[in-house]
Amino acid sequence: MRPKPMTLKILDVISILVLGIAAYLALVVAPTELVMGDVQRVFYFHVGTAWTALLGFIFSAVLSVIYLVTKDLKWDRIQVAAIEVSLVFFFITIVLGSIWARPAWNTWWTWDPRLTTATITELIYIAYFMLRQGIDDPDRRARFGAVYALLGGISAPITFFAIRLFRTIHPVVIGGSNVNAEGGFSMTADMLGVFFFALFAFTVIFIDLFWNRIRLGDLQEQVEQLKLKVAG
Amino acid sequence: MFFQEPTPDTSSYMIAGYVVAFIVMGLYVASLYLRNRNLNRDMAMLEEMDKPVVKMELKQPKKKPAKPQTKSVTKRGRKKRP
Repeated sequence: MRPKPMTLKILDVISILVLGIAAYLALVVAPTELVMGDVQRVFYFHVGTAWTALLGFIFSAVLSVIYLVTKDLKWDRIQVAAIEVSLVFFFITIVLGSIWARPAWNTWWTWDPRLTTATITELIYIAYFMLRQGIDDPDRRARFGAVYALLGGISAPITFFAIRLFRTIHPVVIGGSNVNAEGGFSMTADMLGVFFFALFAFTVIFIDLFWNRIRLGDLQEQVEQLKLKVAG
Repeated sequence: MFFQEPTPDTSSYMIAGYVVAFIVMGLYVASLYLRNRNLNRDMAMLEEMDKPVVKMELKQPKKKPAKPQTKSVTKRGRKKRP
């Protein structure tokens, strides 16, 4: 059993701190949006988790290429870690979006292009783990997983650009406005500060969870090797 | 200004959103912790099983030369003299 590196321990503490600060800023410091009221405050966590999750999915596609070139199972373990943490973050994004949509759109869910592409992305990566469960041979599992994650990675930019490419009611808060958007708003300077801090906080939390998950994967690998040694 | 609609009270949705976000993150952290703990236990058990078995050779104590058996004379066994 390898002891946890000091850097990771410090990162664990920093992650808890930035999460607390981000929540405080979003709930207390950020001004209340006049049209939607307090529910707009979920936007900070919604975008923060979405940002890191989509980057994680794209990063996993890059890791697929690295694995397919090097054939080193280490990259497969890193890819699994990236996808797992991204999947959890993206689940939070979808649930928060749905909760926000109820008062803003008067419905929990609608098959808008952004919501549809987000759901497809989430399902693609749930299926990724189902695919891996079905393959016993580690090399074959890693190869299939890498190809699948490479193709699945296309869904992340499609989800991101869905609100810019298609006619949608989902607001484009950053980098453009959408006349069809129901619940769109312009951010004040205070809101922008909280928003960027939330992005930073979730990036730090993602890195921390990602590192912890990589260590878990390494430990799992060691146990598997030892099992084979004992059985042999 | 007079015709502006009042800001709706949507705080219950906000609370629900944050509660869900924290619960999901908490569950994930708990799952990481539990998986790590279980793997460490497995690791410890497997390492124990993997240790080379040391053959314990029991040394037989050298047999002492048998003493000529003598009848023990106890107070009980001793006949009382008349």
